[in-house]
Amino acid sequence: MKFAVMINEGPYQHQSSDSAYNFVKAALDKGHEIFRIFFYHDGVNNATRLTIPPQDDRNIVERWSALAKEHELDLVVCVAAAQRRGLLDENEASRNGKDANNIDESFRISGLGQLIEAGIQADRLVVFGD
Amino acid sequence: MEGDVKKFMYLNRKAPYGTVYALESLEVVLIGAAFDQDVSLAFVDDGVYQLANNQTTTPNDGIGMKNFSPTYKALGDYDVTKLYVDQESLEARGLSVDDLMPLTYEDEDDDWAEKPSIRVVSREELTNIMDEQDVVLSF
Amino acid sequence: MLLHTVNKSPFEKNALESCLNLSKAGSGVFLLEDGVYAAMKGTVWADKVTTALSDKKVYVLTPDLAARGMNTDNVIDGIEMVDYAGFVDLVAEYSATQAWL
Repeated sequence: MKFAVMINEGPYQHQSSDSAYNFVKAALDKGHEIFRIFFYHDGVNNATRLTIPPQDDRNIVERWSALAKEHELDLVVCVAAAQRRGLLDENEASRNGKDANNIDESFRISGLGQLIEAGIQADRLVVFGD
Repeated sequence: MEGDVKKFMYLNRKAPYGTVYALESLEVVLIGAAFDQDVSLAFVDDGVYQLANNQTTTPNDGIGMKNFSPTYKALGDYDVTKLYVDQESLEARGLSVDDLMPLTYEDEDDDWAEKPSIRVVSREELTNIMDEQDVVLSF
Repeated sequence: MLLHTVNKSPFEKNALESCLNLSKAGSGVFLLEDGVYAAMKGTVWADKVTTALSDKKVYVLTPDLAARGMNTDNVIDGIEMVDYAGFVDLVAEYSATQAWL
């Protein structure tokens, strides 16, 4: 079956991203397809490559990134929600005259249409939030 | 119904301004409207406050945030015409439909007659409507 | 039929209450994260959950129970305990998922 996942909260503050990760991993283990994972609201913060969690804790961003590489997951960050919160990739940074960018290479920035498309294309959409 | 049209519901249960969910939910609805799906919005619990009339955020002594409530009035133009409001949530808050924004749309199947978009529904009606959905986006 | 997910403690938010009020007979209620506290015996919510079990299925995510030190022996009778793999199966089994955030 084809699943899509929406994550609405940032890492560490809420369990949403952890629950979603465990769900996605279990779905992949069962041979399901993950059509897309869409990050919205504060969920866009899951995409920053600059987090430095304590060594004895999980690294949420790296974990998503590794899973994405292993399974070619489509991790999409909402551009409007990201810009509001200072989450930029190289393109967005230069286009908006900012001196830095922070989005991990495993994530891509795109519009809300990607969320709607995921709802249309996937058999199930599961929302993780607060 | 065509095979590629899905029933999308946006479930709103949070009040505006205190958190960003209501505003960012509305942004999804506006983008989603371009996809020609069967769209409805549900307002339950504190979500009913999103539709309160007379929201004022500026100028003078306002909170200085953008008043996004006028956007709900534009939904009809985007063919988003089904806004279900949970009657019990309204009543629990001492509100009636008269306290909400008068939202309307023009019905193209009825000689463009102006009709109300807000439909106050019972728990049972809303439960049935929700159960028919293919995709529920919760905010 | 919908699978309703509830991730809030019933003592903090009304997500569970609204979910129970607005879910159809035959639908599923899935408790995860702080929502798992509603699965325990002896709480002021136990009667409501037991009533819900008469016409709905209720599931609880065991890793979230374990994380919170909640003993599975004290889970209300009739609630089905599942892990993440079981969660995936349920999402596939029901027609759609509705989150009560």
